[in-house]
Amino acid sequence: MQSAETGTVRVQKNFGHYLKTHVRDYGLLFALIAIMLFFQVVTDGTLLRPINITNLFLQNSYIIVMALGMLVVIVSGNIDLSVGSVMGFIGAVAAVMVVQWHWPIYIAMPACLVVGLFIGAAQGYWVAYWKIPSFIVTLAGMLVFRGLSLWLLEGQSVGPFPSNFQALSTGFVPDIFGFERPTPNGTAVSAGIIAAGTIVWLSLRARFRKQQYGMETEPTAFFVARVTIVAGALVFVAYKLATFRGLPNVLISMAVLTVIYAFLTENTVIGRRIYALGGNQKAAKLSGIKTERLTFLAFVNMGMLAALAGLIYAARLNSATPKAGFAVELDVIAAVFIGGASMSGGVGKIVGAVVGAFIMGVMNNGMSIMGIGIDYQQVIKGLVLLAAVCFDVYNKGKQS
Amino acid sequence: MPALLEMRSITKTFPGVKALDRVTLSVRQGEIHALVGENGAGKSTLMKVLSGVYPAGSYDGEIHYDGALAQFRSTADSEARGIIIIHQELALVPLLSIAENLYLGNELARGGVINWHETNKRTEALLRKVGLTEPPTTLVDTLGVGKQQLVEIAKALSKEVRLLILDEPTAALSESDSQALLDLMLELKAQGVTQIIISHKLNEIRRVADTITVIRDGSTVSTLDATTQAVSEAQIVRDMVGRDMANRYPEREPRAGEMLLEVSNWNVWHPDHADRQVIRNVSFNVRAGEVVGIAGLMGSGRTELAMSLFGRSYGRNISGDVQLHGQPVNVSTVTGAIAAGLAYVTEDRKSLGLVLDETIERNITLANLPAVSSAGVLNMAEETRVAERYRAAMNIRTPSVFQHVVNLSGGNQQKVVLSKWLFAGPEVLILDEPTRGIDVGAKFEIYGIINDLSRDGKGVVMISSEMPELLGMCDRIYVMNEGALVGELSAAEASQERIMSLIVNTQENSHAIG
Repeated sequence: MQSAETGTVRVQKNFGHYLKTHVRDYGLLFALIAIMLFFQVVTDGTLLRPINITNLFLQNSYIIVMALGMLVVIVSGNIDLSVGSVMGFIGAVAAVMVVQWHWPIYIAMPACLVVGLFIGAAQGYWVAYWKIPSFIVTLAGMLVFRGLSLWLLEGQSVGPFPSNFQALSTGFVPDIFGFERPTPNGTAVSAGIIAAGTIVWLSLRARFRKQQYGMETEPTAFFVARVTIVAGALVFVAYKLATFRGLPNVLISMAVLTVIYAFLTENTVIGRRIYALGGNQKAAKLSGIKTERLTFLAFVNMGMLAALAGLIYAARLNSATPKAGFAVELDVIAAVFIGGASMSGGVGKIVGAVVGAFIMGVMNNGMSIMGIGIDYQQVIKGLVLLAAVCFDVYNKGKQS
Repeated sequence: MPALLEMRSITKTFPGVKALDRVTLSVRQGEIHALVGENGAGKSTLMKVLSGVYPAGSYDGEIHYDGALAQFRSTADSEARGIIIIHQELALVPLLSIAENLYLGNELARGGVINWHETNKRTEALLRKVGLTEPPTTLVDTLGVGKQQLVEIAKALSKEVRLLILDEPTAALSESDSQALLDLMLELKAQGVTQIIISHKLNEIRRVADTITVIRDGSTVSTLDATTQAVSEAQIVRDMVGRDMANRYPEREPRAGEMLLEVSNWNVWHPDHADRQVIRNVSFNVRAGEVVGIAGLMGSGRTELAMSLFGRSYGRNISGDVQLHGQPVNVSTVTGAIAAGLAYVTEDRKSLGLVLDETIERNITLANLPAVSSAGVLNMAEETRVAERYRAAMNIRTPSVFQHVVNLSGGNQQKVVLSKWLFAGPEVLILDEPTRGIDVGAKFEIYGIINDLSRDGKGVVMISSEMPELLGMCDRIYVMNEGALVGELSAAEASQERIMSLIVNTQENSHAIG
């Protein structure tokens, strides 16, 4: 195949060029590693202690869950400012159902997700079919659902939840091999190895396919380094978790959702259409894509994920408070933009959003361990967001 | 009378295209000079050179204005010397008042504080000059297009205009508004304002113009003095269209087969102005293997006709019947239209045809993703195979199909759009200005693709502003004007003169009625 040959030749010639044009892809991974190393050093090794890694996942799970939905919304060319309020509101709904009405959780949890779905539908309706800017619709939603949480909880915290509800957030997957501590948790270690193996296999397969079609592939050294780092990190994290209490339940739900959404956005017709919609709505519409319905669905999906995040958050806190989810939408949106999504739509990846959320999470966690006040933390996070997006815009300008 | 303006041997090149080739234009002090020519002949480019949109140095040749060599670096430069253009699309801010618009960028202010009393007083005086009685505080939004046009002229007068250029000033005006505008032009002439008018409406030109310059293909063809001799419209039309068209189109044999698409009594109203009918009772048909052209001036409703047919993408209160193979089909949604076998290749490929920041591959499959997927999951390998197939068939010049389309030349972008629609498997393709903005070589390739399509038994509707292109490519040509079909010509009987006179005659008729 002639095109395959020219592809390989080009790759070997333009080693430096490749790095230049793909600096964003690597930049994100390097930024995460650099930030982790930095905090590992300045916190005297506290950051990567098993208990802290476990905490990192527990603390950030609800942000990551919402970042998945937010990525879809932002790729479609919209934004959702209401997710923090919706998340708080669903926590309140759950508290009322479970604590006050004593509903069993296998009814209450699906009910909460359905409520989230309807909230998403209610907002998406105005955005999609009435062409009201999403910024305005969801700004309204933000106020409405903040108010409704206050009203529902009558300004009080409601709790505690039964232990089976808490398990959603604070539970751990039991050891399938029956190891007892201090032996590392067998489930966690094997899950880490399986995940790392899967990553290696998928990367090799993708690389082979790219070569077959003469696509630009990354230089071999980069490929090996990148896959080794990612796979190694998976095994490392799994081992660390294993020496504490094993895999948190919430990590499982997070990982499964991330895989599902990565697949949905990159490998399915509906995912492709959402990118086209965000990239050029008019062209998408003239290509027979039902742009209104897709926008609507993006919001429905966001509502459902915000509801899930609300459940996770309430379970972790073991109570619903009127303040829950306050300003969380900003962290979620920041994570998506740090992850490389474009404000104008059509650009962004699920993996990027998840890494972006981890960057925010590690910074929060690391700075808290260092004892940096919340005031400076906000300033630093703000500057990191600005820097990440400036970096994007600068790169884009240089490429074109 | 001495010449106020002399443009000597102006040549302006864009990458790959010579837009103006040694054009000369001489405008005498105090006259009304008409500039006529087909769409794309170079009239607007010439006026942009004059006004400094294309600054001195970016073109060859000399501009002499008011007896001296002028080198305008910007529109501000030329405005300072009293040259003011009123563009076809009015440049007024709708939600500001007349007075605010008149002095926008030129405010009567001291230390940044506007003197509203003085502003409104002067505005009133200027409005009286152009025959408007509206209070200066009226929002421009509330005025009709005709009055907005007059406000533009008042704005020009506020800047002490010496040479006023009007680009298609009556295109959007009703008959009476047009007459009022022409009267105003004559009055301004009496006051000593030199004017250049660009227009397609030859009867209007004959009414006001002292001199007529005809431009064709970027060159001056003739300059006719209407003050010393009578100039006939036929003469102007001949100068406008006569050009050599040998070997610019690939050979084709007419092979019209069975009836494919039949549209009857198609009516469309404007999406914003419910009382404006944009398409009037249009009926046309296309046979298998036939290339049918739709000729007409810009704004005659060709694009609106095509887009309203294609899933009601334009307009409202759409009525009419569409039949394919003699069976009625529902084309009320884009999805339905595609399913029925229609494809619409837009005239505006960048904003309506392509997702620029996506790869060639993803653009090609966009209108028919189900064909490269099963159960909603994309088969990426199949997608790449499809893209490679079209790259080869269409000769899309690119290092790979994973190239983003924004990096392609206009001709290659157009081939990507065509690929997208061919992959959707249509029976009838509506091509709207398929060769706009692409170079001669790529044009020839596109013509070849169109001929291949008709050989495969597809029906092609070709909308174009370039009449030679229609004459070179089409088996049959419909002529459209002001939203209605005003004639149908077979390839044998069609000529540029006949098309142009069909358009001009209907314009005269409608004026006679008005």
